Amino acid sequence: MKEVYFYATCLVDLFFPDAGMAGIQLLRQAGVKVIFPEGQTCCGQPAFNCGYWEEARAVARTQVALFPKDLPVILPSGSCAGMMKVHYPELFHGQPDEAQVRAFSARVYELSQFLVDVLDVKLRDLGDPVKVTWHSSCHAVRDLGLKGEPQALIGQLANVELAYLAREYECCGFGGTFSVRQPEISGAMSCDKASDAESTGASVLLSTDGGCLLNVNGTLEAKRSPLRVQHIAEFLWERTRAR
Amino acid sequence: MPVEHEIHFRDSAAKALLDPQLRANFRRAMDGLMSKRLAQFPDPRDLQDLRDLSTAIRSRSLLNLPELLEQFEANCTRNGIQVHWAETCMEANELILGLLQSKGAKTLVKGKSMVSEEMHLNDFLEKHGIEALESDLGEYIIQLDGETPSHIIMPAIHKNKDQIARQFSQKIKDAKYTEDVDELTAMARKVLRQKFLDADAGLSGVNFAVAETGTLCLVENEGNGRMSTHVPPLHIAVMGLEKVVARLEDVAPLYAILTRSATGQAVSTYFNLITGPRGEGEKDGPQEVHLVILDNGRSRIYADPQLRATLRCIRCGACMNHCPVYTRVGGHAYEAVYPGPLGKILTPQMEGVGARHDLIHGSSLCGACAEVCPVEIPIPEILVRLRREATHEDAGSNVAGKGTGRTFSEDWAWRLWAMVHKRPSVYRLATWFATRFGKALPAGAPLIKDWTRSRSKPVPAPRSLSERMRAEGGPHV
Repeated sequence: MKEVYFYATCLVDLFFPDAGMAGIQLLRQAGVKVIFPEGQTCCGQPAFNCGYWEEARAVARTQVALFPKDLPVILPSGSCAGMMKVHYPELFHGQPDEAQVRAFSARVYELSQFLVDVLDVKLRDLGDPVKVTWHSSCHAVRDLGLKGEPQALIGQLANVELAYLAREYECCGFGGTFSVRQPEISGAMSCDKASDAESTGASVLLSTDGGCLLNVNGTLEAKRSPLRVQHIAEFLWERTRAR
Repeated sequence: MPVEHEIHFRDSAAKALLDPQLRANFRRAMDGLMSKRLAQFPDPRDLQDLRDLSTAIRSRSLLNLPELLEQFEANCTRNGIQVHWAETCMEANELILGLLQSKGAKTLVKGKSMVSEEMHLNDFLEKHGIEALESDLGEYIIQLDGETPSHIIMPAIHKNKDQIARQFSQKIKDAKYTEDVDELTAMARKVLRQKFLDADAGLSGVNFAVAETGTLCLVENEGNGRMSTHVPPLHIAVMGLEKVVARLEDVAPLYAILTRSATGQAVSTYFNLITGPRGEGEKDGPQEVHLVILDNGRSRIYADPQLRATLRCIRCGACMNHCPVYTRVGGHAYEAVYPGPLGKILTPQMEGVGARHDLIHGSSLCGACAEVCPVEIPIPEILVRLRREATHEDAGSNVAGKGTGRTFSEDWAWRLWAMVHKRPSVYRLATWFATRFGKALPAGAPLIKDWTRSRSKPVPAPRSLSERMRAEGGPHV
C-alpha cells in the first residue's frame, strides 16, 4: 500500500481544518495510507517573503525534520508547496543541510497535483448539479507549475458545471503580508476577484489555496454576497464520499 | 536607522484607487495591450524559444559588459560619434548643458528617452534657459500639463481621449475643441513640425547599442525619433550603460520580442540605425552626434550576480501591462521614474532599499510580471532579495541603503513568529488560544484593522486540524 505524508499548512490548520480532513480522506479513498506527523506549524513562507531568512530557516528546519522517510509529502496548498519545493533550495543554498533539504523538496506535491499526476484518480460524482467557478492561485501556477490538475479533477465530476472567471489567472490580492501592508490595493484586487466570481453565476468559488480563499471570502462576506468559497479538497470529498 | 522623507506608495496608491476615471483608463488600456501582445504570440513554444534566445543575448552581453562597452566606444568614435561618460545624473546633465552651450543652442527637441527622465533633464535645462520640447506625442501631452510619464512606453496612458481633447483646446494656441483622434494628432503634429525645423539640437534615447558596429538603434512609431535625430544640426543621444549588445545580429530577436511585448506590434513604424553624423556629400543628418553613457547606480547593480538580471531589461513595459497592482493604481502612484514591477526592483536599487521600502513591499509576489518578461527577469525573486537587503546588513552586499529599512517592531515580530513556529508546543498553545478566543479579537487590533478595511474578520475554526487529528488518533506515525 502506498504511503504519504500530509502537511496541513498553518492556514488550513487554523482556518480550513475541514479542507485538511477532506484532503486526507481523498488520499485514503484512493487507497493511500496517510501519515500526519505531529509538530507541524508553518512552512516559513511569510518570513521568507519578507526577507527574514534566518527566522524562516529556523522554522523550516523543524518542519523538514518531521518527514524523515522517503515518502511523498502532500500539501493542500499550491503556495506552501511552492515554498517547500521551489524556495527551500534557495533558502538553504550554501547551508550545511542543503542536500537534505533538497531531497525533501523533491518529494513535495500539491494535493491535486498528486491526485492527478501520480495517482491518476478517477472520481465518481455523487452530488447534485451545481455550478462552480475556479480561482487559480498565482503560486500554484507560477511557482509550483500546476498545469490544470485541479480543473481536471473538477472536470471529472459529472454534475458539476465549471464557469470560468473572466480573469482566472489574475492575483486575488492576498499576497500574505501584502494584504495588511497594502490593504487598499489588496482590497481593490480582492473586490475585483469577488465581482468576477459573482458574475459567473456560480454558487461556489473553489481554489487550492487557503490564503486566496480567506481573502476573497472576507470580501464576499463584507459585501454580503451569497457566493461562498470552498477549498477544492473539501468540495471534491463532499461530492465523492460514499454516504 | 529610520529613513528621512520616506515615500509612501501605499498612500498615493490609495488616492489613485479612489479615482474611477484613472482606474478605468488604465484597466482599458492594459487590457488592450495584454490582448494585443497575446495575439503576437499564438504559439507558446515559439514565444518561449524567443524568450530563451533574448535572455541569452542580454545575459551574455552583460557578462562581457566592460569589454563590450570599450569596443562600442571605439567603434562609435571611429564612426564620428563622440562618446561621453557620466557617473551621475548631474554629470550627465552638465555634459549635455555644456554641449548645448558650446553651440549656442537655445532649443532642444526630444525624442522619447526614459534615461533623460531619470536625469530630470528638462527641468535642469529650463533652469539654464534652454527649452526642451518633448516630441513623442504622449510625452508632448504630459509636458503640456507639467506631468511625468505614467508608463515607460505610453507616457500619457493615464489620460483618455476626452481629457486630451479638453487639454489641447486649453493649452495649444488657436486650437479648437475636438474629440477626433486624427484631428488631435494633426494639431500636435503642426506644433511639433515647426519645432523640429527650428530646434538647435535634438536628443534621443537608445534602445540597443551595437558594439561591433558602433550603432545606436532607436525604436519608435511616430517618426519623431528620426526627426529629432536627423533634422537639427546637433544630435545628443543618452543611454544607460547596460544597453550594449555584442553584434548586429543580436538586435533582430531583441527587436522582435520588444515590439511584440510592448505594444503587440510585429514591427514598429520606424526603426533607426544611427551610425555617425552626416557624411561628406550627404544631404541630411546632424553635423555632430554625441552619446552620453550614464551609470547612475548601474555599475553597482552589475556587480551583484543575482541583481544583475535587473539590467537585462529592454524597457518593453510588459511587466506593467500585466501587473494587477499597476493596472489599478497607474504609474504616478509609484512616485518613481520607472513605475510598475520593473520600477519596484530598479528604483530601490538606485535610490536605496530603505528609502524605497514602500516599493519593495508594494507587491503580492503574484509573478505575472516575470511570466511575461521577454528577458525572464525573476522580478519576485529580486523583490524578496531586496526585502532581505532592506532589513539586513549583509557584509558581502553592495546594495544601496542596505539595512536602512529595518525597524525594531518588524524585527521583533519575526523573532516572535519564529519562536512560536519552531516550537510545536508553543504553536499548539497559540492555536489553542486562537481557536478558542480568535473570534473575540477586537476589529481594531493591529493587522486585523487593516485586513478588515474591506473584508470581514477572519475567524479561526473551533478546533485546528492538528487538534482533530490528535483526537482521531488514527493516521499518526
